[in-house]
Amino acid sequence: MQPDISVKHLNKVYADGFQALKDINLDITPGEIFALLGPNGAGKTTLISIICGIVNLSSGEVKAAGHDIVRDYRKARESIGLVPQELNTDSFETVWDAVSFSRGLFGKAPKPSHIKKVLKDLSLWDKRDNRIMSLSGGMKRRVMIAKALSHEPRILFLDEPTAGVDVELRRDMWEMVRHLREDGVTIILTTHYIEEAEEMADRIGVIRQGEIILVEDKDRLMSKLGKKELRLQLHSPLEKVPGELVLEPIELSDDGYELIYTFDSQQEQAGVARLLRTLGDIGIDYRDLKTRESSLEEIFVGLVHE
Amino acid sequence: MNFFGIRAIYNFEMARMRRTLMQSVASPVISTSLYFVVFGSAIGSRMGAIDNISYGAYIIPGLVMLSLLMQSISNASFGIYMPKFSGTIYEVLSAPVSYVEVVLGYVGAAATKSVILGLIILATAKLFVDYSVLHPFWMFFFLVVTSITFSLFGFIIGIWADGFEKLQIIPMMIVTPLVFLGGTFYSIDMLPEIWQTISLFNPVVYLISGFRWAFYGVSDIHVGISAGMILLFLTACMATIWWIFKTGYRLRS
Repeated sequence: MQPDISVKHLNKVYADGFQALKDINLDITPGEIFALLGPNGAGKTTLISIICGIVNLSSGEVKAAGHDIVRDYRKARESIGLVPQELNTDSFETVWDAVSFSRGLFGKAPKPSHIKKVLKDLSLWDKRDNRIMSLSGGMKRRVMIAKALSHEPRILFLDEPTAGVDVELRRDMWEMVRHLREDGVTIILTTHYIEEAEEMADRIGVIRQGEIILVEDKDRLMSKLGKKELRLQLHSPLEKVPGELVLEPIELSDDGYELIYTFDSQQEQAGVARLLRTLGDIGIDYRDLKTRESSLEEIFVGLVHE
Repeated sequence: MNFFGIRAIYNFEMARMRRTLMQSVASPVISTSLYFVVFGSAIGSRMGAIDNISYGAYIIPGLVMLSLLMQSISNASFGIYMPKFSGTIYEVLSAPVSYVEVVLGYVGAAATKSVILGLIILATAKLFVDYSVLHPFWMFFFLVVTSITFSLFGFIIGIWADGFEKLQIIPMMIVTPLVFLGGTFYSIDMLPEIWQTISLFNPVVYLISGFRWAFYGVSDIHVGISAGMILLFLTACMATIWWIFKTGYRLRS
């Protein structure tokens, strides 16, 4: 299947010599939700800006919907909708006019029925005649999304879409993103909210200092890099980790009542069974045990600090 | 060609004019009318004719040109600067529009506003001063081509400017003095010879002279040279804009 976004050997060096992107290679398949994670300044927004035509690339090749973004920029850009990170909106325009403007700008004939649908889907219909300056921050964010969807793009970029929005709106947006995916829209989002990626993404890409250091199916990433923790609550406190267990990745809590065993999810079977057997052999009783899986956030932090 | 894109930008800019009628139309019409009242009706009636044209009528082409230049620059520079300032320029840059289409939208709207304004000012001038137009086609030619050219110039200023102060510097510090010294209120034949020669380096002299010829059939400089100069400046502005979009100067990093 031809990818909706294809990035090959992409480099970006700014005029001051700063290399923002280094040999980026990335394919995004139609209909998937791809989350691009990375710390501030990692190059997420630069990458999106290049694909959307806002920033010039230094070298490499980028295709959107099969069209080269430089040679065949019209076709490439027609297929893309962008919701930028900043709330950049016209203050004096009405919601209806602003969204209609975006549709025209992207070369589409007026289609009031589509604008109406988008505004209704985003709970903006009642505000259609309001000037944007009179809207709340959350509503402005919805207007940005409505503008990006006005020309019915098949690829949607969401750059930090839920930054600064309340929990309710964030949930609404997640719901909207899922609906868009059901309609066949490919979605690429950058986010600082790991739970957002964990909740929605099919695949995760991690970018660090301008380099893609990992692209992985989300579930596979969680199982591959995720850590699990087993906490054993003991009947009697220990003074130190028993000698039979010192070679294991095991720690003793400060009060001595808890043994904490950390293991990779893939080693789960062998490691835990061996630990429990050893405890039985050396006569250490426990009254309870709990396991906890590491979150995507912990995986992400681990990756970017490697 | 993305006609819907051009229309979207054009309509957006024209809507801005409708929202700001006082600033866009009323203000320049009133301020130019004050010149007609003071220099045309009041002082003009006590001054001698120039080239057999009453002083009040003589200054009309120059004053219309003053408004035209200032408003063309202001409309176009503000039109492109505001999206840069507010950040909404991202949408234009990411849209499937070529630079020609972007320029057609922004500059087309700015020039339209200027032409409308020029015609309103001419109509208003009739209330205070009696004048005639000998060559209506050429009058319209200079009105339209000057509006387009200086809207292109304003577009360049809007891209170059990185603050509101810079938007004002060129119109106030360069264009206004050039218009006042470009023969708005006098014929350059009235100047000492050395100043006549210096005046020929002022491009606005050619505009006003050509525009005045369209009204009264008299000019300081041959009308063909005037038309050639404005077309030359038009070409220079278009070449500069082509370079801006080719390099992404102050638009795309």
